[in-house]
Amino acid sequence: MNPVWIILFAPLCAAAIITLLTRKAQMLSALISCAAIITGFVLTLQLFAQQGNWMSPEPLQWLVVDNIVRIEFGATIDRLSILMLLVVTGVGSAIHIYSLGYMKGDPGFSRFFACLSLFTFSMLGIVLSNNFIQIFIFWELVGVSSYLLIGFWFEKHSAAEAGKKAFLTNRIGDFGMMLGVLLLWTNTGTFNFAELPAKIAAIPSCTLGLIGALIFCGAVGKSAQFPLHVWLPDAMEGPTPVSALIHAATMVAAGVYMLCRVSFVILPSETALTLIAWIGGITALMAATIAIAQNDIKRILAYSTLSQLGYMVMAVGLTGITPAMFHLTTHAFFKALLFLGAGSVIMAMHHEQDIWKMGGLWKKTPITFATFMIGTLALAGVWPLSGFYSKDEILLLALEHNKALFIMGAFTAFLTAYYMGRECFVVFFGKPRDKHAYDHAHESPWVMTLPLVFLAVLSIIGGWGSYIPHFLKPDEHAAHHDAWKGFALLLVPAAGFLLSAKIYLKADASDAPVKAALGRAWTWVENKYYFDELYAWIIRYVQGTIAMLCELFDRWVLQRLGIGGLAGTTSVAGKTLRLLQTGNIQSYAFLFGLGVTVIIYYVVVR
Amino acid sequence: MICGNHILSWMTFVPLIGAALIGVAGKSSARLIALATSLVSLACAVAVWAGFDPGAGLQFEERFQWISILNIDYHLGVDGLSVTMVLLTAIITPLALLAHWNQDRDEKLFFFLFLLLQTGMFGVFTALNFFHWFIFWELGLIPMFFLIKIWGAEDRTYASFKFFIYTLAGSIGMLLAFSFLYFATGTFDMVELRQLATSGELKAKVAEFVVGLNERTGLGLTAAGFTTALFWGTFLGLAIKVPLWPFHTWLPDAHTQAPTGGSMVLAAILLKMGVYGFLRIVLPIFPAQITDNIQILMGLSVASIVLGAFAALAQTDFKRLVAYSSVNHMGYAMLGIFATAAVAGPEYFDEKSAALGGAMLQMFNHGISSAALFFMVGCIYERTHTRNLAEFGGLRKIMPIYAGILGVSMFSSLGLPGLNGFVGEFMVFKGVFPISLFWACLSMIGLVVTGVFLLSMMQKVCFENLNEKWKSLPDLNCREIFIGAVLMFFMFALGVYPSPLLDASNSAVKGLVGLF
Repeated sequence: MNPVWIILFAPLCAAAIITLLTRKAQMLSALISCAAIITGFVLTLQLFAQQGNWMSPEPLQWLVVDNIVRIEFGATIDRLSILMLLVVTGVGSAIHIYSLGYMKGDPGFSRFFACLSLFTFSMLGIVLSNNFIQIFIFWELVGVSSYLLIGFWFEKHSAAEAGKKAFLTNRIGDFGMMLGVLLLWTNTGTFNFAELPAKIAAIPSCTLGLIGALIFCGAVGKSAQFPLHVWLPDAMEGPTPVSALIHAATMVAAGVYMLCRVSFVILPSETALTLIAWIGGITALMAATIAIAQNDIKRILAYSTLSQLGYMVMAVGLTGITPAMFHLTTHAFFKALLFLGAGSVIMAMHHEQDIWKMGGLWKKTPITFATFMIGTLALAGVWPLSGFYSKDEILLLALEHNKALFIMGAFTAFLTAYYMGRECFVVFFGKPRDKHAYDHAHESPWVMTLPLVFLAVLSIIGGWGSYIPHFLKPDEHAAHHDAWKGFALLLVPAAGFLLSAKIYLKADASDAPVKAALGRAWTWVENKYYFDELYAWIIRYVQGTIAMLCELFDRWVLQRLGIGGLAGTTSVAGKTLRLLQTGNIQSYAFLFGLGVTVIIYYVVVR
Repeated sequence: MICGNHILSWMTFVPLIGAALIGVAGKSSARLIALATSLVSLACAVAVWAGFDPGAGLQFEERFQWISILNIDYHLGVDGLSVTMVLLTAIITPLALLAHWNQDRDEKLFFFLFLLLQTGMFGVFTALNFFHWFIFWELGLIPMFFLIKIWGAEDRTYASFKFFIYTLAGSIGMLLAFSFLYFATGTFDMVELRQLATSGELKAKVAEFVVGLNERTGLGLTAAGFTTALFWGTFLGLAIKVPLWPFHTWLPDAHTQAPTGGSMVLAAILLKMGVYGFLRIVLPIFPAQITDNIQILMGLSVASIVLGAFAALAQTDFKRLVAYSSVNHMGYAMLGIFATAAVAGPEYFDEKSAALGGAMLQMFNHGISSAALFFMVGCIYERTHTRNLAEFGGLRKIMPIYAGILGVSMFSSLGLPGLNGFVGEFMVFKGVFPISLFWACLSMIGLVVTGVFLLSMMQKVCFENLNEKWKSLPDLNCREIFIGAVLMFFMFALGVYPSPLLDASNSAVKGLVGLF
């Protein structure tokens, strides 16, 4: 059996076994789940070591009915999918192990791991898909795992709402994606990634642009791009390891991965590329501005994720598939690290998430602090950490292609350093704001700190030697940008850190000076530009009104007036007819009688 | 073997024999007899399924002269259009009976009517002569009327009469249409009528009949107008049963008031009788009339999908919400069916086949998922005696198994890939999309709205705070878990491996598509 199938199906088996058999045995369930993903990681490393001698396994004929429908279930093994497999199983393994500590004592411990395994299976399915329908199937399945995990603490209203919101917002994107896929199929007659590139050229450019834009809708939903970004910050209602794995490192990056996988559809269309680049740029900047005014340790990271995803999408739009994947990979390392670090802080503070109740924690949680700082520096793009290399590639790409986007991107980089500086300084430095919680704060157990260290190492070395871009495109020399440009860009995060240090690196730090300086703008970013309010209004008034009208139409127009009128007529007719009949015949019997009479009449007449 | 060549008749009439036995047997054995007979029918249906050759046409045919003076044969058979429906009926009925295992009021009459209903349903799916097809069609109506009337909820009288009047009004249109067809052609046989229609003889015969009619009555009808009237007559009868928007308003009331098993059978099978009628009667006999009115018909299907979903969104009654989801789901099936006629000619053959094949799969899938959803509503109604969504919440905490089964059924209904709902809907979209871009795009809005009302339902029932009143509710018992497990098995199995059903209907689907 091809090891790829084991990588893919082991987590599914784990999820099934836990749900059906070992639900009661919590530790066993967790170990089964961990074993499944670690097996996947080891097998992926083995594949990785084969360097170029990969064989995609024979696809299974899943849904084949003559010429009517022909859908394969296959696995694509190439550089792109192997890189993504490594990210998912590698980061995933770390987070599975971390969860052993983080979720300890939760009554839904087994359920958590079952969902996590289901997610891993679905995510790996996306990575390996060799056709659009297969990718769509797994696309929806990650949506479900995400729904289940966001709403993991389903008793909480906010968690239940957030799960629903995530699923439905994604569904809107999927609606567009499905249209795009069907439109593509109508023009080419195939869903298969291997067969499609040869047939793309025959599609008129206008249609192709539309297809690209529609397929991009799927990525807008899953990768939480503007204007469907609203679900991701709310998704932080899920347990922190989930935020790290699904809503930072892997699933939300699936949109970017999908765009890279189907780049043959997008790259030939200038229209689609422009749209993608701008949506990415807008998301990056918008999310970064919102992040400066948030107070929840996880929400700041969530907006940061949005912003970084915006970078990746922008890179795709600027035809930079390799930089996008490069940044996706490094981002998976340091963002998972940051979330796990945040989880460790939250645990230390006894489930407190407001940064303004923390402070001075670096002494209490040294490992968490050190690794969190590494993550922060990597995210801000400080040399020589991984984020520096990958972010620079994107910014320099923008500089080459589109100056406006470059300026937006550079400003976003400045903001990134600024809001991350704010978070670090407020959480780890200054004086403890909640004395009681501070006194009881403690470093997390080794099952949690070990993954932190592992991810910190990756966050440091992930970008060295441009190994990842080389792996993706071995025969192509990475575009040699002038080194000085890259280092010049270092000034940007430096400025951000300096500014935030000036404001927040003191004992009695507060947002007051920024608030005063920004005025009305602060209110806007604090309230996330009122997108949630706008959408809530639309749902309440537009969707609610349509639903109410449908109901009223059914109840009153159709039922009372239409049918009521008809019934009135019938009963009048019935009463009239009853006068003609001697017996008290029910109306239906009468009508049957009439039918029979008609039959006999005609038979006789004929 | 005793059944030999008459396996379809046995399957159909064993429940009738069981009903008779219940009549003479004691009170306590009624449920055993009912279950046993429905299991015998299930065995027959499984044998039919096992012996069914997907490549061949009509199979297991039985035919003998019945009323020779009127040229009426007793004619049974199954082909790709009906074999899946026969199987569905055989699977759902015993489960619905099990759902009422603890029926404690008038149980003899209850199980008697249920078996009568089963005979009616099998009869509709196997009959090939309109004469007894129609008898079975009405036979499905009367027991259901009493099931709602006697064992229904608070508004049962209103709901049962509404159900009855509606369906009956529809039946009359259909009866008249078929009577006229009979006078024109001299046959009630569906196979013969289909052949006549395909060869064009039907048109000539109707024209001849209209001339004769005009001579006798002096009405001055045209043949085309007359045929269109026959088409709409038949259409009305079937559209009410499906139900197609705007003929659906009987459904929310009937479903909401019916006892659990009644709702299960009503949603899973009785609605399919209407859709099946379109496949068996309307497509083969009135192809030109469908094509002429295609925009209206597609529009009504899309209205069912979208408006059905929106109406579901406005519901506060758990059962009514699920009922509206049926309107929504049957809309997909009807869209797929009408797509077959959207363009005349051999163009788009594969696309049309995909749409129609998807519609057939959707029929089966909806049978499974709607039965599960109604059963879930029934379980909670039995425990709380309320269907008001606002009174639930947090049930997942005390009833995890219930929440699990409801969740899977909900996702199956939502069309989640990996569960049964997806493949059918996808094939309908895939087929309709190239044929009619406009209606396909519009109908896909339903994808989003369906998600909204189903997830909201799940949230209101299972998540958030538990209502203190229900904190000691027991989770599902073994019998209930068994019913849920059987249905879930089909959801997963058909989601992962739908090919057997698609293969079974494929040649019949292509035959129908070939008519256009």
